[in-house]
Amino acid sequence: MTSYGPAPRATGPYDVVSPGWGTITSMSQNGEQKGRILVIDDDASLAEMLSIVLHQEGFDTDVCGRGDVALGVFRDYRPDLVLLDLMLPGLDGIAVCKQIRAESGVPIVMLTAKGDTVDVVVGLESGADDYVVKPFKPKELVARIRARMRRFEPVGTEALTMGDLVIDVAGHSVTRDGEPISLTPLEFDLLVCLARKPFQVFTREALLEQVWGYRHAADTRLVNVHVQRLRAKVEHDPENPEIVITVRGVGYKAGTQ
Amino acid sequence: MPDLPAPVRRTLTFWRRSIQARVVVSTLVLSSVAVSVVGWFLLQQVREGLLEHRVDAVVAESSTEMQDARQRLSAASAVDVDSSGQQRDLVEPIIQRGTSRGFSVVMAGPVEPGRGRIADGGAEFSPGLDTSSVPAVLEEHFATASGPAWTYGEIRRTTADGTVLAEPGVVVGSQVELPADGETYVLYFLFPLDEEQETLGMVARALAAAAGLLLILVAGASWLVARQVVTPIRLARQVAERLAAGQLQERMHVAGEDDLARLAVSFNQMASSLQQQIRQLEELSRVQRRFTSDVSHELRTPLTTVRMASDVLHDARERFDPATGRAAELLQTELDRFEGLLVDLLEISRFDAGAAVLVTDDVNLVDVVHRVVEATRPLARKREIRVEVSAPDHPCLAEADVRRVERIVRNLLTNAIDHAGRSAGSRHADILVAVDSDEHAAAVTVRDYGVGLAPGESAMVFNRFWRADPARDRSSGGTGLGLSISMEDAHLHGGWLQAWGRPGGGAQFRLTLPRRVGGPLHHSPLPLVPGDAGEHAS
Repeated sequence: MTSYGPAPRATGPYDVVSPGWGTITSMSQNGEQKGRILVIDDDASLAEMLSIVLHQEGFDTDVCGRGDVALGVFRDYRPDLVLLDLMLPGLDGIAVCKQIRAESGVPIVMLTAKGDTVDVVVGLESGADDYVVKPFKPKELVARIRARMRRFEPVGTEALTMGDLVIDVAGHSVTRDGEPISLTPLEFDLLVCLARKPFQVFTREALLEQVWGYRHAADTRLVNVHVQRLRAKVEHDPENPEIVITVRGVGYKAGTQ
Repeated sequence: MPDLPAPVRRTLTFWRRSIQARVVVSTLVLSSVAVSVVGWFLLQQVREGLLEHRVDAVVAESSTEMQDARQRLSAASAVDVDSSGQQRDLVEPIIQRGTSRGFSVVMAGPVEPGRGRIADGGAEFSPGLDTSSVPAVLEEHFATASGPAWTYGEIRRTTADGTVLAEPGVVVGSQVELPADGETYVLYFLFPLDEEQETLGMVARALAAAAGLLLILVAGASWLVARQVVTPIRLARQVAERLAAGQLQERMHVAGEDDLARLAVSFNQMASSLQQQIRQLEELSRVQRRFTSDVSHELRTPLTTVRMASDVLHDARERFDPATGRAAELLQTELDRFEGLLVDLLEISRFDAGAAVLVTDDVNLVDVVHRVVEATRPLARKREIRVEVSAPDHPCLAEADVRRVERIVRNLLTNAIDHAGRSAGSRHADILVAVDSDEHAAAVTVRDYGVGLAPGESAMVFNRFWRADPARDRSSGGTGLGLSISMEDAHLHGGWLQAWGRPGGGAQFRLTLPRRVGGPLHHSPLPLVPGDAGEHAS
C-alpha cells in the first residue's frame, strides 16, 4: 500500500477517546474485515458503487439514503468511519454531521460536490475530519479512509502536560483539574503532536503529514479549522489562545507556559 | 507646485474646488471695474459743472472790477501824469477788495514787445502772493492779444504766519490803459477754487463709500445666489458618491420645478435605471452561479459513480478479452479528459458569473515556480524535455491567491511542455522558466523553443478552445481552456498574461502580477520578447 501517514500500524484496539462515547470495534489488517464504514448518500448508484469498491478493499459497509434517519442507522451500525454526502433529503449533511459529532468522535469524511471555500469550511466546522471532492478517484478515497482510520502509536504510558491540561496518551484522555475534556481522535492526535515537541513550530503542511497522514500537501484549511475546533474545547478564551498558539506566517506551536 | 507653502496650497485648492468662491470673486472684480468707471464719470461731471459755474462767476466779478477801475480812471484822467502813482491808485482798492473777498490781484505792465512781463518787475500785486502764480500762457496771450482771458492755474501765496499755500484757482486777465502814460497794463485776478475742491472731495468720498457698500452688497448677493445653485450640486455630488459606493437606494431630494429640481429628477431617474440594471445583473449572476453550482453537483455525482465503475473495470482489464480490455482503458483515459473538461468549464462559468473570489496572501513566486516545476517533472520526463529555472536570490513577492497563481504557472508550463518539441540535444534546455521582481511587480516567463506562434496568434492563444493547428493531434490532453482560465486568473489579480511567439522560433508567455492586488502596473520586471529571440528567428 502507498504510505499515507507516518504510523505504519493499524492493528490493536481502537480505544475509547473519552467517556461518553461507545467503544469502537477493533480492526485487523490481515483479516477480512478492516473496518466498518457507513455510507450516507442519497444517490443509490454512487452508494452502491462505493460499497463495491470498499468491499474490494476489505471494508464492511452499510448504506443510508436519508439524512433524517442517518443517526438511527449510525447508532445501530456503530461504524469506524462515516462517509457523508452534504446534500441529503430529510436533513442536510451539515446537520447530520453535527448530530453524529454530538455523541461520537468517529472519523467523518465528507463527500462534497463543491470545491468552494465556504462549503468545505462549514462542513469542517460542523465536525467533519476530512473531505473529498467529487469526482474523486477510488484510490484517493480509500487512501483518505485508511489515513483516517490509522492512529498514532501510543509510545509508552507517557503523561504530557500542556498548560493546565494533562494528556494521558495511552488512555487517550485529556483532563483539566481532573475534569475530562471530550476530543475527537483527530483533535487528540493534533494536541498530542503539538504537546510532544513543546518548543517546535509546526507548519500546516507538517501537521497535515503527521496528523492527517498526507504526504503531499493537501488543503491547509483542514488544519486551520481543526485548530479552531480544538481551541474551542481546550482554551479558556479561544479568542486569546494559550494552549495552541499561532505563529504568524509559519504555523502553530504548543503554549509555553 | 510642491514647493509652495501650505497656506498658499490650501488657498489654491480651495479656489480650484469652490465654484462659489470663484463666482463671488469674479463678480466682485467685474463690479469693481463697473463701479470705478461709473464713479470716475460722475466725478468728472460734477467737477466740470462746479468749475463752469465758478468760472462764470469769476469772469463776471472780474469784469465788474474792470469796469469799476475804468470808471475810476476816466474820472481821474487828465489830472495826474504820474503813471506809477495812477497805477497804485487803481490797484490798491482792488487789492483791498480782493483781500476781503478772497481773491488776489496782480497788475503787470506796461505791455510792450519783449517787456512787461511780471518777472521783469514793476508789477503791483496782493501782499504775500507769489507772482509766478500767473500762468505763462496767459501772459503770452496778452503779449499778442487784447481781449480778456482766463485759465486755470495754481495760486501760491505766503500767509501772514509765513506758511506757503498752494491751491488750484482760476486766473482771469484783462487789459487796461492808463491815461497817465498811455501804456497798456494787464490786471490779473486770481480766484482760488478751494471751496470747489472741498465740494469735489466730499462728493468723491461719498461716491467711494457708496461704491464700497455696493460691492459688499454685490458680493453678498452673489455669494447667496451661488450658494443656491451650488448647494443642490453639492448634495447631488454626495448622493452620486454614495451611489458609486454601492448604496443604490440613495436618491436626491426634489423640491419645486426649477432647473435644479429637474436635475434632481433626471439624476434620480438615472439612479433608478442604474439600480434596476444592477439588480438585473446581480440576479443574472446569482442565477448563473446557482446554475453552475447545480450543474456541478448534478454532474459530479454520476461522474463519480462512472469514474469508480471505470476504475473497477480498468483494474480488472487483464481478465477481459483484448477488445474489452482496451475499451476499459479508453474509458478510463477519456474519463480523465472529461473530468478535466468539466472542472475547467465550471471554473470558466464561475468567472463568467463573477463568482470567482481571491483569497490573497503574500506569495513568493520563486517557491511557486519550483513547486510547479517539481510537480510537472514526471510529465516533462515522459516527453524527454528539460526544464530549467532561472530565479534571483531574493524572494519575488506579490499579493496573490496562491492556488490561482500556481494554476497559471502550471498551465503555462504544461502548455510549454506540450509545444516544446524534442530538442536536438545541443541546446541548454527545452523550456526556460524565469522569475524576477521589482518593488511594483513580480513576473514569471515561460520560454519554449517549439513550433512557436504565427503573427497574430499571440493574442488568440487565450481564446477558449483555440488551437494553433486544427489538424494537430490532441495527445497532450489539454482541455483548450487552460490559457483562458489563466488569463481570467491574471485579470482577477489586476495582472497581465501575455504571449510572444515566432514561427519556428518558439514562444514565451509572461505573467506579471502587481505587488498589491489591483495596484498600478506599468511595466514588467521581465521582457516579453526573450533576449535570444534573434537566434531562432530564421
